[in-house]
Amino acid sequence: MALPSIATRYAFFTGKGGVGKTSLSCATGLALAEAGQRVLIVSTDPASNLDEVLGTPLGAAPTPVADATNLFALNIDPEAAAQAYKERMVAPYRGVLPPAAIASMEEQFSGACTVEIAAFDEFAKLLGAPEATAGFDHVIFDTAPTGHTLRLLTLPSAWSGFIASSTGGASCLGPLAGLDAQRALYAATVAHLADAAMTTVVLVARPDLPALREAERTRGELAELGVANLRLAVNGVFAAARPGDAVADAMTRRAAQALAEMPATLAALPRTETPLIPQGTVGLDGLRAVARGDAGVSQPAAAPEVPPLPRGLDGLIDEIAAAGRGVVMTMGKGGVGKTAVAAEIAVALARRGHKATLTTTDPAAHVAWSVREPVEGLEVTRVDPEREVALYREEVLAKAGNGLDAAGRAMLEEDLRSPCTEEIAVFRAFARTVDQGKDRFVVVDTAPTGHTILLLDAAESYHREVLRTQADMPEAVRDLLPRLRDPGFTRAIVVTLPESTPVHEAERLQADLGRAGIAPFAWVVNQSLLASGTADPLLARRGAAEAPFIARVGEALSRRAVLVPWRADAP
Amino acid sequence: MKLEVFDPAMCCSSGVCGPDVDPALVAFAADLKWLAERGVEVRRYNLGQEPQAFAANPAVVREMEAGIERLPVLVLDGRVIATGAYLSRDQLARKLGIAAPAASGCCAPGSGCC
Repeated sequence: MALPSIATRYAFFTGKGGVGKTSLSCATGLALAEAGQRVLIVSTDPASNLDEVLGTPLGAAPTPVADATNLFALNIDPEAAAQAYKERMVAPYRGVLPPAAIASMEEQFSGACTVEIAAFDEFAKLLGAPEATAGFDHVIFDTAPTGHTLRLLTLPSAWSGFIASSTGGASCLGPLAGLDAQRALYAATVAHLADAAMTTVVLVARPDLPALREAERTRGELAELGVANLRLAVNGVFAAARPGDAVADAMTRRAAQALAEMPATLAALPRTETPLIPQGTVGLDGLRAVARGDAGVSQPAAAPEVPPLPRGLDGLIDEIAAAGRGVVMTMGKGGVGKTAVAAEIAVALARRGHKATLTTTDPAAHVAWSVREPVEGLEVTRVDPEREVALYREEVLAKAGNGLDAAGRAMLEEDLRSPCTEEIAVFRAFARTVDQGKDRFVVVDTAPTGHTILLLDAAESYHREVLRTQADMPEAVRDLLPRLRDPGFTRAIVVTLPESTPVHEAERLQADLGRAGIAPFAWVVNQSLLASGTADPLLARRGAAEAPFIARVGEALSRRAVLVPWRADAP
Repeated sequence: MKLEVFDPAMCCSSGVCGPDVDPALVAFAADLKWLAERGVEVRRYNLGQEPQAFAANPAVVREMEAGIERLPVLVLDGRVIATGAYLSRDQLARKLGIAAPAASGCCAPGSGCC
């Protein structure tokens, strides 16, 4: 069985970017529709390519999918929803309050929390109010609310008027306090999510360990919240049809190993495996191939020209080495190979006689580079995100927890579990590391996101302007922002894969960095099958599909882009 | 007695989302609670969440026109009593004519007994 079976009215597909949530949710929806059910597919992914996958221009209302009876779809952009919310809140005060006050209100509504809750608001309209989707047998979402959002909304204190009360306190709900009227709707939404007879949640992963670990983390969070109707869908499982091709053999081994080693609690879930299919999953025929589990290649791949990007990292390393010192940050979503790129750069700099520090959050890379292959001049340090978060939590609760009552403390503790907090905690470790770039090279695979940098920028001006008397901005942070913005000191390298979703996500990262005043030094298009030289028919076909994405990075997104082939030895 | 606090726009008033938690904000929240327990009517407004309260108060709008850094503004029974800073518990007690907090007598600053 290639697709998860959905017996409930609602289904959510969740997983990391690029694992194939949209493909699997569309293939599942199409299969149900072709079996005679009326199906609505909903995307709340800001980088959604639902239109492209279904071959139909979509809007915010259910639109019939061309050439498929019973199948409808709609697209919701949570960032646009957050933007609309912000405008509703701010517009009435233009001309009433001074411009500086308006600007600071707008800044308030630009955070990740606003977008996260706005996305939930959209789920709630469809899930909490059954009449909104009365004409459909199944409603399938290609994204799911985060555990953080769900926990926040289930805290009674979130809705007890705590936010508005004079005791003050923290909450990511703060910016959306205007949504208080939705309380009953949100409660119904959370209840429906946890009802196994109503909702199925499909955890989507690739057959690699990081994606499976992420799925396990989500499983744990959802189970804690009482969401029990879970399925695991492993997408893109590959086994070479014929042995002998080095790339295909290595990929076969890796997938088999990841599946064999996945956490036991995850392995215990009902599981489907969808094979890697040769063509992209764009269009109804591609989706039907997914449903059939059709990995056959009917004709040999027409090998396209590889877009003329420089191969490998050597050229970038030459330029970096010429500076003699400074910080290199590899940036991008999980699973794109940031750590491998960072390690290769740090090792090469050390081998050229420079002093270099590699700082990684990846324990495996830490062990590999510090123990197995010591390199003269290379120091390897590790940031443990869990430890950093624990330290930060302790510090905050010690400083801030005392003045709060039980409800306030619960709220503060939940805020400390938000993704923002983890970013901040890791950021503090990052700030400690960057300082060393004054007299050596520091290569970091844990760079903060553009959002964090913007947040710190806002926090900095807030401290400067509002709390002049008691500003306690750590000095490392004060120095850090100007350094990150200095292209002569810091080189940010955006790492991506030559596929649709990862390139979209990297593009958004670049835009975020731009808003924070940082221009990436270069882009690395990583793990290219097209550049790998594989002769395996299926992988060669997949490689051919990479060409337009590689070309787009080189032509439109970066003036200094390089292409790195898929390699069997990469971690 | 009614004390109104007009805060700047803040994501989290604890500063959890910032690079460091601001103990002053946390302490101030506790101080307001302390005042409320002593019968003071306390209302707190965040510019990001309740702008209508700011717009409805001409004195507060005047302060913001003079500079956004005049926030927070503390208003006691309609009269501005502090701008640009959060008062300490002692200062609040003095401004409001409430008996100084008993706890402050128990240990001298830096004595380490608290």
